[in-house]
Amino acid sequence: MTDFIDLFHYSFFQNALMAALLTSLIAGIVGAYIVARRSVFISGGITHASFGGIGLAYYLGWPPFLGAAAFAILSALGIEWGTQRMKIREDSSIAILWSLGMAIGIIAVFMTPGYTPNLMGFLFGDILTVNPADLIILAIWSLILLAGVIVFYRPVLYTAFDSEFAQVSGLPVKFIRYMTAITVAISIVLAIKVMGIILVLSLFTIPQATANLFYKDLRDIMWLSVLVAVGGSILGLVTAYFLDIPSGASIIFTLTLIYAITKCIKTILLFKS
Amino acid sequence: MSQAILKLENIEAGYERQRVLHNVNLDVFANDFIGVIGPNGGGKTTLLKVMLGLLSPFSGKVTFLDPKTVIGYLPQVNSIDKQFPINVLDVILSGLGKRRKWWHPLPTSILKKAYALMELSGLSGMHNKAIGELSGGQMQRVFLCRAIINDPQLLILDEPNTFVDKNFEEDLYQILSELNERMAIVLVSHDIGTISSFVKTIACVNGNLHYHPANKITNEMLKSYNCPVEIISHGTIPHRVLKNHNNHD
Ligand SMILES: Nc1ncnc2c1ncn2[C@@H]1O[C@H](COP(=O)(O)OP(=O)(O)OP(=O)(O)O)[C@@H](O)[C@H]1O
Ligand SMILES: [Mg+2]
Repeated sequence: MTDFIDLFHYSFFQNALMAALLTSLIAGIVGAYIVARRSVFISGGITHASFGGIGLAYYLGWPPFLGAAAFAILSALGIEWGTQRMKIREDSSIAILWSLGMAIGIIAVFMTPGYTPNLMGFLFGDILTVNPADLIILAIWSLILLAGVIVFYRPVLYTAFDSEFAQVSGLPVKFIRYMTAITVAISIVLAIKVMGIILVLSLFTIPQATANLFYKDLRDIMWLSVLVAVGGSILGLVTAYFLDIPSGASIIFTLTLIYAITKCIKTILLFKS
Repeated sequence: MSQAILKLENIEAGYERQRVLHNVNLDVFANDFIGVIGPNGGGKTTLLKVMLGLLSPFSGKVTFLDPKTVIGYLPQVNSIDKQFPINVLDVILSGLGKRRKWWHPLPTSILKKAYALMELSGLSGMHNKAIGELSGGQMQRVFLCRAIINDPQLLILDEPNTFVDKNFEEDLYQILSELNERMAIVLVSHDIGTISSFVKTIACVNGNLHYHPANKITNEMLKSYNCPVEIISHGTIPHRVLKNHNNHD
């Protein structure tokens, strides 16, 4: 028990905790939108395409997250543009950008002389190396996102639900689509620090599946997803520390466990009534 | 005669691979109630999309007398994601478009209006239901509320009677007749026998458009318009029975 309390005194753990909290907030909100729009696959494409940016940034000696953000935003816009204007099948343009991004990343890493330090961190997340600068960026983005949700919830909801009707009713549908695509891209890239490219989507989908067991309204799914994500990631983080296992994987296990238990309880309750 | 609130002139329209509408001309006046009929794939929905600005024509002109014309739209049931997490009230409020400042709380007057519309269309008490929990007919009613909540000057309806039971269909046409005193209505339907007693004029769309400035139609007329649809009729709604038939669509 004293171990447990001591843990919260370490600054590296406090940072990790803050990062998990903020990332969960971002992923809870954005993930609810992604799941509602059925664009989980798009988000997978964006996530993996960002690896190209990370590799390229390494090769050029730039901050890797700048490269990731650039690739993520460009591929989000590329998918949106490719399907809207060029009438490419959406799943095809996603698959192309997904694999192209990974390929660019692999080639760049291969060509970078010497040892590429944090590659595993980018793939699987490295929450224990979060520094105060990361936290400030996460906090700023959380605030922007919260403000955005409060102000633009309705037009974004209407556009996601029925974009043709939204256009007829006078909403700037194209602008909204591109803005939300960019928002999703930035949110995913920021979450990569905690969860890593391979694991990040879980934080954007599993809490939402849990919330969806109880609610059928986006607003409700958003706040409950945030709660579940926060709870799951803190629990996962503590478990990771004590069992000495990677935090990203531990968080996924916790989230899945929460989902499974909730689903069971709900089924039993339904069965009884 | 007053000026048309919407003018379509020499419209050629369609999709990349296919020209659907040829040389279409149509004037919509402020108190019109136009019934649009035609076979499946004839281009009715395409025509509506051109009117709504959702599809730019290859050539021709779409002119609104007042560029700020408020349009209400009820789409043909198809593209909407029925699993989408949105409730009935939000769907209806989405009809307000950009009229409101989004960050302001909803004024009670607007909420009252939404509830009144729900009552009018038999949806009382359903405001909190998810759209996916509704029956097809209930969903159509929600979309009707969404189409009219903004007091449009032009109401465009693409087969609003799909899934709707005969009881509500009667109410629906009654509601539309009343709305028609305040707005122009363009209504697509396959149920010609029924709509011909409610609409004022008829447009047959089958690649091109034949406008018939009265609501009396006969099968012979449709043939001469090259509009291969048959007049069908059933139910208790007043109608002109010309031919019975029951396996349309
Ligand atoms: N998005 C689209 N892309 C390509 N072709 C389309 C598209 N929508 C419709 N079409 C084609 O255009 C033609 C006209 O379609 P439209 O939907 O306007 O017909 P409709 O008269 O509304 O038919 P229905 O009675 O079945 O609703 C059809 O041949 C259809 O295949
Ligand atoms: Mg149609």
